[in-house]
Amino acid sequence: MNFSGWTNRSVQTWLLTAVASATAVAAVSCNKMGGDKNKSQNGSNAVGSNAPAKAETGPILIGHYASMTGPEATFGQSTDNGVRLALEERNAKGGIKGRKVEIKTLDTASKASEGKTVVTRLINEDHVVALLGEVASKISLEGGKVAQQFGVPMISPSSTNAKVTELGNMISRVCFIDGFQGYVMAKFAKGDLKFDKVAILYDQAAPYSKGLAEDFTAAYTEMGGAIATKQEYTAGDVDVAAQLGNIKTSGAQAVYLPGYYTDVGNIVRQARKQGVTVPFLGGDGWDSSKLTEIGGDAIEGSYYSNHYSFEEQRSEVQDFVAKYKAKFGQVPDGLAALGYDAARVMFDAMERAPSLSGNDLAATIAATKDFPGVTGKITLDAKRDAIKQAVVLQIKAGKPAYVTSVAPKGMDVVMPATGSGSAAATPAPGAGSAEPPTGGAAPAAEPTPAAATPVMRGASQDKTEPAKKSAGKGDKADPDDGGE
Amino acid sequence: MKTLAERTAAQRPNVALTALLSLAPLAVGVIAAFLLQAVLAPAVGPFYAKLVLDVGIAILLSVSLNIVNGFAGQFSLGHGGFMLVGGYTAAYLTYYGSIALWGTAEIHGGFMEGGDIFFMVACVVGGIVAALAGLLVGLPSLRLRGDYLAIVTLGFGEIMRVVIQRTGDVLPVAEAKQKGMLGSLTNVGGSLGFTDVPQYVSPTPWLEKTGHAGIFFTYIFVAICVVVAFRLKASSNGRALLAVRENEVAAEAMGVVTARAKVTAFVMAAFFAGIAGGLFGHQSTLSPSELGFQKSIDIVIMVVLGGMGSISGAVLAAIVLTLLPEALRNFSQYRMIIYALSLIAIMIARPQGLFGTKEIWETTWWRRLFGRRTKAEAP
Repeated sequence: MNFSGWTNRSVQTWLLTAVASATAVAAVSCNKMGGDKNKSQNGSNAVGSNAPAKAETGPILIGHYASMTGPEATFGQSTDNGVRLALEERNAKGGIKGRKVEIKTLDTASKASEGKTVVTRLINEDHVVALLGEVASKISLEGGKVAQQFGVPMISPSSTNAKVTELGNMISRVCFIDGFQGYVMAKFAKGDLKFDKVAILYDQAAPYSKGLAEDFTAAYTEMGGAIATKQEYTAGDVDVAAQLGNIKTSGAQAVYLPGYYTDVGNIVRQARKQGVTVPFLGGDGWDSSKLTEIGGDAIEGSYYSNHYSFEEQRSEVQDFVAKYKAKFGQVPDGLAALGYDAARVMFDAMERAPSLSGNDLAATIAATKDFPGVTGKITLDAKRDAIKQAVVLQIKAGKPAYVTSVAPKGMDVVMPATGSGSAAATPAPGAGSAEPPTGGAAPAAEPTPAAATPVMRGASQDKTEPAKKSAGKGDKADPDDGGE
Repeated sequence: MKTLAERTAAQRPNVALTALLSLAPLAVGVIAAFLLQAVLAPAVGPFYAKLVLDVGIAILLSVSLNIVNGFAGQFSLGHGGFMLVGGYTAAYLTYYGSIALWGTAEIHGGFMEGGDIFFMVACVVGGIVAALAGLLVGLPSLRLRGDYLAIVTLGFGEIMRVVIQRTGDVLPVAEAKQKGMLGSLTNVGGSLGFTDVPQYVSPTPWLEKTGHAGIFFTYIFVAICVVVAFRLKASSNGRALLAVRENEVAAEAMGVVTARAKVTAFVMAAFFAGIAGGLFGHQSTLSPSELGFQKSIDIVIMVVLGGMGSISGAVLAAIVLTLLPEALRNFSQYRMIIYALSLIAIMIARPQGLFGTKEIWETTWWRRLFGRRTKAEAP
């Protein structure tokens, strides 16, 4: 046998491979430098200046772990945009205590196991003083464990699963938890739309959807409403005619459909074809521009609950939307707003904290009170969850229009000058409703048995273990999961 | 004059000594595992220790899949499924078992004490259950080959994923005590994943906290798996597998029971995949979405890249493909593009994988660098 020829070829091909890989890496890194200088440079700087990162005069390094690739990439990218905007503003104002702030973003590829690696890396290799992230609860749960273990404070912008902040005193969040959303829609359906009979159609394989359906049921029946029928589907189902048929005959005034935008769009289209004319209600899983693309005319007039609306007239919102549009050329979604808020709450706490050590900073973050965030006034409760209002949006002419805000039990809705801008943007809700829309102040005044309870824990006041109840709901298994 | 029997007996090596010597590679592996945990991990810090751990699990997966895809030449896409089965079995045992035994789901005892032993046993049981699943998948594979087999194994993985997704929430300690182990059989977390499993496999430098010696445990299993793979390759059973890979009809004509050979390969591979699942489940949260189709593909890539049938190739590919994405992490969104590009480049350059069907020391460049080890292939 002749091996020499093979060897030569082998060497050649190896060289080829090496050259090809090197070129690819070089090309992309150049591209990166040009296209998005901020991020890449921050990254390399941070790596280079590992040791002095703790120095009192050097820049303060914060780690951000996010799903920049993978099925949840849009979530991570939006959040990172929000975070970057907040960072830019802060540095323009002179940073924190005279020190510049840097943020290093690392990708988790939408995988929980990578989240753990990334957080370990940020803490031990880059020596970040604090962490921001993740959007998906399952990744926050993994990353949070590491953050807690090493005593590095972490703020999750938008993980709504109750378990996340139960990991320990280092972990906080600036969004409401899952249980609250079910309550918001129940309150809106009963209080504002005056519906007494609502059908539920939920994704039985997604804890997010299942959990919201349960929370909605609990809150709605407590308020005196009746569930006309409860139907199941599985994400990706093409035909839900049978379920829709049952809903149609049940005489429901609305359908609560806490799914993800892809399924929601398809189901609503089918429903209209089958003659189901009542409005649909949903949660933050609907929050995507794809919803109206898929749903078309069928989705018009339906409502969903969300973290914020870019139409809100509060000055924080309008400022943020204007700046975001100027920088990124698009309207910020809820995740961008939450990322922005998370970063600002972090900066604010750093400014106030006696030192940047883990314990001091975590305690200061936990003490955040009435922070004027884009997504509402942020106050962290004893469990380091944000207590704040949610908004209800209605699809109008292919766009989500702001309808009203719903505050947690025992709190007042924070509104701009009463009724001014929001009334214009709020046409009479829903086809099935005979009642005119109640103003912004109404929801909080709605008398419910537990209205006086000061701390919001979703709608499940009567349950003995609300946290455990909602523990399994933050499913991030679905690629299109918007309900982070 | 000695009889023939006596003469052969005299030439026969000492059985006990041979058996003892045959354990030598395993002993080396265990010592290496110990050194990795006790010396390397504290020296490099938690992040690199975590990578060492990830690499170990990846080696376990790629070397075991190599038995089916590489040795026997059967295209299996079910490794993620086997991992899922083994992982959930092991996690179920340690979580609910710990509660039943010790009344808590926390890590129990120190290094190599009750909790650690229990966890190791749970991993092996997970492996056995996965092996049974391998038997189930292996049997229909008697009639199938190529794409058809890939579809069956893929289907198996998907079924497992969907079944796990339909399970209920993980029960908290008090409730689990009340319901008992059998009562909580279906409470393994659904699509959120099996949370709260005691983290026996942690990269934290050992003895810093009790029970944290994940690298040591992982590499013990890696050592066993690699030794088994090499022994198998050198054995008559292994050669039967290679014969099946090269030409099934010819192998059958030579007296190889192809059906049994293929099923054996499936069962062995599934066993180690199950163990890998157990290790994975005790260092991160097991979730059906993470151990789905994509995971199976990732492992297949390792085997193909390393060279079908090359154990050292599978090991090297597992190391490279675990570290490469990490090294590229600073490139953010472009990371996966570069990763994919390098894979394409390697596969164009080396269609037969890094080492083809050879081991690393059988390659020409190795011999040129480190001197000729064998003269068998001299022209």
